[in-house]
Amino acid sequence: MFAYLVKRLILMIPLFFGITLISFIVMHLAPGSPTDLQTQMNPKVSVEAIQRLRAFYGLDKPVHVQYLIWLKRLVKLDFGNSFSPDNRKVVDKISERIPITIIINLLSLFLILLVAIPIGVLSATHKNSLFDKFTTVFVFIGFAMPTFWLALLLMILFGVQLGWLPISGLKSLGYMPSSYLLIFLDRVKHLILPVLLSAFGGLAGFSRYVRSNMLEVIQQDYIKTARAKGLPERQVVYHHALRNALLPVITILGLSVPGLIGGSVIFETIFAIPGMGQLFYGSVMARDYPVIMGILVIGAFLTLLGNLVADISYSLADPRIRNN
Amino acid sequence: MPGKIRIPRSTSSPLTSSNYKKDKKPETWNLKTLISAWLSMVQKKITLIIFCAFILVVLSSCEKKGKGEGKQVTSESKPPAYGDIFVDSSIGDASNLIPILSSDSASHDIASLIYNGLVKYDKNLNMVGDLAESWQVSPNGLVITFKLRKGVTWHDGKPFTARDCLFTYQVIVDPKTPTPYSEDFRQIKKVMVIDDYTLQVSYGKPFAPALASWGMTMLPCHLLEGKDITRSPLSRHPIGTGPYRFKEWITGEKIVLEANPGYFEGRPYLNRYIYRVIPDSATLFLELKSKNIDRMGLTPIQYMRQTEFQEIKSNFKKYRYLSFSYTYLAYNLLNPLFKDKRVRQAISYAIDKQEIIDGVLLGLGRIATGPYKPDTWQYNLNVRTYPYDPKRAKKLLSEAGWSDKNGDGIIEREGKNFQFTITTNQGNDVRAKCAEIIQRRLKETGIDVKIRIVEWATFIKEFINKRKFEAVILGWSILQEPDLYDVWHSSKSKPDELNFISYKNLEVDEVLEKGRRTFNQDERKRYYDRFQEILAEEQPYTFLFVPDALPIISARFRGIEPAPAGINYNFNQWYVPKDEQKYVVE
Repeated sequence: MFAYLVKRLILMIPLFFGITLISFIVMHLAPGSPTDLQTQMNPKVSVEAIQRLRAFYGLDKPVHVQYLIWLKRLVKLDFGNSFSPDNRKVVDKISERIPITIIINLLSLFLILLVAIPIGVLSATHKNSLFDKFTTVFVFIGFAMPTFWLALLLMILFGVQLGWLPISGLKSLGYMPSSYLLIFLDRVKHLILPVLLSAFGGLAGFSRYVRSNMLEVIQQDYIKTARAKGLPERQVVYHHALRNALLPVITILGLSVPGLIGGSVIFETIFAIPGMGQLFYGSVMARDYPVIMGILVIGAFLTLLGNLVADISYSLADPRIRNN
Repeated sequence: MPGKIRIPRSTSSPLTSSNYKKDKKPETWNLKTLISAWLSMVQKKITLIIFCAFILVVLSSCEKKGKGEGKQVTSESKPPAYGDIFVDSSIGDASNLIPILSSDSASHDIASLIYNGLVKYDKNLNMVGDLAESWQVSPNGLVITFKLRKGVTWHDGKPFTARDCLFTYQVIVDPKTPTPYSEDFRQIKKVMVIDDYTLQVSYGKPFAPALASWGMTMLPCHLLEGKDITRSPLSRHPIGTGPYRFKEWITGEKIVLEANPGYFEGRPYLNRYIYRVIPDSATLFLELKSKNIDRMGLTPIQYMRQTEFQEIKSNFKKYRYLSFSYTYLAYNLLNPLFKDKRVRQAISYAIDKQEIIDGVLLGLGRIATGPYKPDTWQYNLNVRTYPYDPKRAKKLLSEAGWSDKNGDGIIEREGKNFQFTITTNQGNDVRAKCAEIIQRRLKETGIDVKIRIVEWATFIKEFINKRKFEAVILGWSILQEPDLYDVWHSSKSKPDELNFISYKNLEVDEVLEKGRRTFNQDERKRYYDRFQEILAEEQPYTFLFVPDALPIISARFRGIEPAPAGINYNFNQWYVPKDEQKYVVE
């Protein structure tokens, strides 16, 4: 086991640098450069000023030199400074946005699991029942419906007409909180719609996954054995079948680790939430190379890590894999 | 903000392309199973989905009633009072609050409340003193002497002196400062501090735009000197001399400013200014409807249709005035098709500009005749205009040798059809619609037009900068200062420079050079009048329209007076009568 782990970890290193190299090259292949937003079609900007800006950001050097400079910094865990006019540290820009993104993603993942697993199990045990059909339609509406559109409709309903929930943002304006409880409630109110909506979109995948796994497991011999033993149906389903049906979910959870820091541009834009999605989208549009690379590096790292953790926990959870 | 010297920004020039796209669906697990399951089900369930969606629409289209009705806007005669908060809104966050380092409109909007320049434009776009009490230009136009206001302090209490101006100049021209705005200041030969309140600036040649360039915000020397300006904390926590002091900035969420009680023109009435960042324009409009924001810029359709009901009318007031920008159709003059000025004139006659304004802007704009804003001193009223006249267009074209000999509806010369492509950038709906209307009108004249819409960065790099275009639709912001040397002088047609149509007219070159070498406004007006006459005659662009700015502002704010400068020039004077104040600030 230990040798396996070490081997995996060592293999991850070249993979990781490969990812960064390809990302770096692809990023530079896209037309446009970080100075464009400031300088293009701007009558007050002379050609010399453009060159000075390019030199300031080191964009006048060949791409491979830029990559090596960037790599040298990365080894020291320094992501550098943003190329946007604020010139702030990439780490600062990411770390001020990452908490809210993780909170929303964790909450919605939690909500998805909470709803999707029961739906999946029940629609498998009650295959083709009315419940099965209804939930199928329900989760697929969530999957198929354009989220920005649904978001707007719900904002109109709950925000403008009923006035129950705030429309956008994370905090009320001009609001003088008198206690931590009120602050907390204010936060919760702002998070209800974004979390509900992002969970709604993700229900389909998970619940269908659980359902099909469950259907497969239920037909296994050991389930027949359990039933033959005379165990109550409840125990058969929730103790024997579900545990096995949920095994592949570990893989999915592992794969969703990098997704935790990747915010959705649509949600964040519509709900005016300053999260990672907006940061990434904005940096791509502005060709803010250091920020793009910073986010990609974290994403790559988490993907590799998530895979590894999934594999390890899989082998811990499933004795068949462990023994091989 | 208009009213201060408007620093040109790429965001308000053609770069209005950053619309957020809503075509990205969050990735979900196990797509393959999903899709196959979905395909098998879709036919049966689709009716139900449509039905559910229908219910939602019906639900949300019932207007909320009973709230806020009957509260009419009362008379304007209530006395000014201190207090309340102004909640402004924007789709983009600021980037850097040291204005010389940023070029986005959000940063400059905020900065214009925090800082001052030496001069500014008043409501009628006349140059007046801001931090400078007065100024004098030497008879030969080479030396400007500014007398500074006494008793002005920075927000941290330190006095403002000529040293700060000298420092601002030094930091802008410092090659290590990554600023896009150094050009005007590099014309300066020497800046001298005569005493604490007198600053003398000498130029190598008389340079009229120089005066306007001193509208650049002055930076505090005592906080920045000897430090790396790109790492300065002032970019997130600015300290200026302006009517508002910086209080708080939460990235991507809001920026909060509060009234500066010691402001040299007197304390502003509104206690606080909050700049909320709401990136989605639909959300922005919903926030407005729920009265959570006090101002937004409307689109023509929002102005004409979506704000025309009682709830909005009784709580908000709409304003309409000419914006500082114009949209044009530009021809690549290196292309043999457009070498003949009769051809360009013919196209201008063939395009119905009023039709474009009516169709695209719902009438909320004015026909442009040249590169200036119609209500400014430099605008020439008496230039040749091109009213819609297809007959005249055809006549001009046949004079130039173009006529339809083979009867296919397309005119040709020497066996070649008159055919060209109009290119414009993606994400700007107005421009795309203009292209379509132009396409139709030109078709009637026998010109075959194709439309191509390209992503912004590619558009500039591959089409504009490499001169690989036939015609483009773009926009320019209009500056208060009339000097357009960089856009129209023939020396500015090298790659990356802004005379991208390669326009070359010796007389234009001459008047542009003369225009920037004298400070005498009457003399300048003569030069720029002539400049506009030549452009109108030669039609290197077909000038299309100047759109209207359409802000909507909460009705409780008083003292707003639209003028050629817009409405922001007297933001300090806006107030809310005591009994209508909404927010209480401690």
